[in-house]
Amino acid sequence: MGTNVKRALIVVLALLCLTSQIVAQDAGEPETGTPDVAAVELGPIQKILQENSELILESSRRTIQPAIDAVANSGLEAAPSVLSTWAAREMYQRLSDGLFFAAEETGDDIFTLTDFDTGETVGEVSDDDLDQVKPNSGIRGLIATALVRFQLNDPDPDTRREALQSLERNANADLLEPLRESIVLEDDPEIKARKERLEKLITISYGSDPEVRIAAIEAMSGDLGVDVRAALNPLLTTRLRAFEGAVPESANVAEILRPGSEELSREEAYALVGGEPLLTDAQLRGALADNIVDGAVAGIPVAALSDPARRVDAYEALEDAGAVPQGATQADVDAALEGVTFAAVFDQPNPAITEAAQEALTGIETRVGFFQIFDVSLDALSLASIYFLAAIGLAITFGVMGVINMAHGEFIMMGAYTGYVVQQVIPNHTASILVAIPLAFAVTFAAGVLLERLVIRWLYNRPLETLLATFGISIALQQLAKNIFGTQARPLTSPDWLGGAVVINDVVSIATVRIGIFVLALVFLGVFLFIMKRTRLGLETRAVTQNPGMAGAMGINPGRVNMLTFGLGSGIAGIAGVAIGLYAQVTSELGQAYIVQSFMTVVVGGVGNIWGTLLGAGLIGILQKGIEWFNPSNTLAAQTYMIIFIIIFIQFRPRGIIALKGRAAGD
Amino acid sequence: MQRSFLMKNPSVMIFLAVLAVFTVLVTVGSEAFGAGFISTSFVKTLGKTLCLALIAVAMDLVWGYAGILSLGHFAFFGLGGYMIGMWLMYERTKEIVVSSLSQGSIPPTDQEIVDGIGSQIFGVVGSSEFPVIWAFADSLFLQLVLVVAVPGLLALVFGWLAFRSRVTGVYLSILTQAMTLALSLYLFQNDSGLRGNNGLSGLQNLPGVTASQDDVSMWFFWGSALALALGYIFAAWIVAGKFGSVIRGIRDNEARVRFLGYSVEGYKLFLFTVTAMIAGVAGALYYPQAGIINPAEIAPIASIYLAVWVAIGGRGRLYGAVIGAVLVSLVSTFFTGGQAPDIDLGFYKVQWVDWWTILLGLSFVLVTLFAPQGIGGLFDLVSGRKHPDRHGADLGPDKGSLQEEEAER
Repeated sequence: MGTNVKRALIVVLALLCLTSQIVAQDAGEPETGTPDVAAVELGPIQKILQENSELILESSRRTIQPAIDAVANSGLEAAPSVLSTWAAREMYQRLSDGLFFAAEETGDDIFTLTDFDTGETVGEVSDDDLDQVKPNSGIRGLIATALVRFQLNDPDPDTRREALQSLERNANADLLEPLRESIVLEDDPEIKARKERLEKLITISYGSDPEVRIAAIEAMSGDLGVDVRAALNPLLTTRLRAFEGAVPESANVAEILRPGSEELSREEAYALVGGEPLLTDAQLRGALADNIVDGAVAGIPVAALSDPARRVDAYEALEDAGAVPQGATQADVDAALEGVTFAAVFDQPNPAITEAAQEALTGIETRVGFFQIFDVSLDALSLASIYFLAAIGLAITFGVMGVINMAHGEFIMMGAYTGYVVQQVIPNHTASILVAIPLAFAVTFAAGVLLERLVIRWLYNRPLETLLATFGISIALQQLAKNIFGTQARPLTSPDWLGGAVVINDVVSIATVRIGIFVLALVFLGVFLFIMKRTRLGLETRAVTQNPGMAGAMGINPGRVNMLTFGLGSGIAGIAGVAIGLYAQVTSELGQAYIVQSFMTVVVGGVGNIWGTLLGAGLIGILQKGIEWFNPSNTLAAQTYMIIFIIIFIQFRPRGIIALKGRAAGD
Repeated sequence: MQRSFLMKNPSVMIFLAVLAVFTVLVTVGSEAFGAGFISTSFVKTLGKTLCLALIAVAMDLVWGYAGILSLGHFAFFGLGGYMIGMWLMYERTKEIVVSSLSQGSIPPTDQEIVDGIGSQIFGVVGSSEFPVIWAFADSLFLQLVLVVAVPGLLALVFGWLAFRSRVTGVYLSILTQAMTLALSLYLFQNDSGLRGNNGLSGLQNLPGVTASQDDVSMWFFWGSALALALGYIFAAWIVAGKFGSVIRGIRDNEARVRFLGYSVEGYKLFLFTVTAMIAGVAGALYYPQAGIINPAEIAPIASIYLAVWVAIGGRGRLYGAVIGAVLVSLVSTFFTGGQAPDIDLGFYKVQWVDWWTILLGLSFVLVTLFAPQGIGGLFDLVSGRKHPDRHGADLGPDKGSLQEEEAER
């Protein structure tokens, strides 16, 4: 309360002074109408505006700050409304008396003026008598910053949140005090927490008391937010400096560097010390070229100058003759570096702060590293489920039936294109996906049955021929897709509920679509197990695979079973295609990108065992993501190393992770 | 020995005669040395086709005779091309850099020349340093050694790993395909040291040669023809002797050959490595005629096409491989080059550029299904050679050479 009284007093005093000033001013300008009326009735905020009217009308970003400050620091209730009106370009000056009003166009060129101090309507004025104050965007930004402190205490929580948001984006030292004051008054716990966090961040960056800053740093040391690291990092910026003799006590040294080491080359060190510039090869060449006399430089024939040693000889001869400036030699560099200590020095002079910041950053980075491993594991899991999904159809056709179907990738592509076509017909994304999945199954099931009937049936027991024939189908299908859909990628948009990402914290997040694919992979695992272990078809399939002749004797039609099983595997590939199309681009080469990995998955896992396929997909997914993590931004290299790893892996477990034993192994 | 070998294999004599006549015909028709009714670019196409025939012979050795369906031989082909391309590009760039640097008043130092070449070659991938693998790029002899050594060594290591652990059949095919994929993905990187997906270019210019492309194309054509002839004789010699019998035995029943006391792995490894070297030589002759090599050439699909050529030509006979490679690649060039007339069906216009691949894929399926002997099988009709009248379906490689009904007897 005491301060308020004081402020009121000061304001009154200021007003008194102002009044007299304005009276004097107005007296000097008789054409501005009726001075005495205005002089008497000026409200406190109007007086401040009048005092700064030149600055306000000048509207220049460089000079406006004092005017904004005057309004914002006035402590008057009307200040925020003035600032927001100003920023909204709704503040007008009445030309007749130079007073500022909030104006609103209520009629044709007629404006209703509102007084800032009283909030009452003053009257209507034609726009001939008004001049709009037009702050540019830079000024509006300054005003917005000034407004923040009022908005921080605004009764509306949304306004307070907005204010915090703008504060987060452009914090500065001046706002620290109002922010701290507003924390005490805050009653919303969520906003209060945000305010406290922000207060600490600003303290870290701009606080004046080292003790308080260190306390803030320590308080934030467990936080994973990017903004925390962004606040801490500037505290640890260093500069390379050279010191004669030992490093003075006053410098906050990060690291002492030796010239010639990895961090500091001799040339850089020499450049820091200063002195005659080192002669670069280009300068040497230039100097020699400038001094060619009769086909020779300092007596050495030009033709001999392709030898670097002779070039130096020639330059030294020129130096002796005084034709070129002295160039620094290695000996000069040695002399210059002698007795000089090089150090990376923190820009922040206080060692306690840098130490605390370093400690906090190390702690944060450890935690970030931990969460990154978690994040990479999630990625790996998601990649593994994609591979599993792509390979599960193959686990049936190749793993169970032993048919090498190189066109399997094209079945995946067919599924994805089916999804795309359905989406062209049914615009609702959710509905179209729900239609696309069974339709993709139907299309690729039919294609699989057709392929089995027409081609594969005739090639059982000749796996290499099957491989080649299905490869012929594969290139034909690929080209067909290219002819129909063109070469450019077609989008398959996922529905909104699959569009976002699940964010656990600033480090760990995963796209919802990937979770969907993971779930789908699990569902398929269940479907596969159910069909193979619990249905008639699964039983017959296993029987036909193990001994077709005996199965036939038991009344099973091997041809029909093979056809259905192959169709089932192909149909699952089609559904996988829809899922993969949701997160990858649908092109005619979509399937080709997965075929080798899919075969690898089945082979690595162990042919004929779905759990093996699952493990194989997991191994390949984890490997690829793990290698990518060690060597980021290089997925090509990751794939290369992964394949090499698999080739070596097969050396040690030629039959895959889970090898079938006994009769089921087939040999 | 040599005489009797050729006498025993009249097909080799016939093939060599046909190749010789073909070479003479092309020479007579070339722009450089003859009437000029064969354009230089077509001479290049023919020369490239001969190189493809050579690698097809290598593929036939490995697949048709030993039963190893390698989907990696085009990788060896590409590696051979890269090895010779490194020398060609280095020397060619050196000529340019030296001539531009000698415009200056001071003669360049060796280091300046090397730096200049480095920034010229690797500028496109944002580097100017020479990677280690370019260490021998200035020596033609060493790079020529590498043309056979690098594919040979890769095949040796890979083959040793694969055969040692008894990976056979389709598993081996998939594994070789994975190797090819790994290699091409590796080469696609910018920091692989071989200019990433830009590949090596300008290979048609021979350093130190001022002759026109008309002449150079003929030199390469002759070189390719000679390489094909030598490769063919070598392959025929290999399969004609006891070695050939053993590898055919391995193809038909690997376990039985092993139990007879032969080192199956050794035979396979030798054949795999030698054919990789032949593929390397073929690549080294092919890419200077093509002018550019990039990692896309190595992609697994190329190796599969190679298998397609051999299958269409007729595997298990060397001339079949040559016929398949020559025919399919020339017909492909004809259809994809836009020379084939479009067919107007009224409601749809069939453009061969789009539909050729589909036709090739389907005809390949038909050949596999109905004519496993391929085009080469036609020669049996001519010569009256009959296949044994076998009963039932093939039992597959693991069950030996018996057919279904024979096995049941």
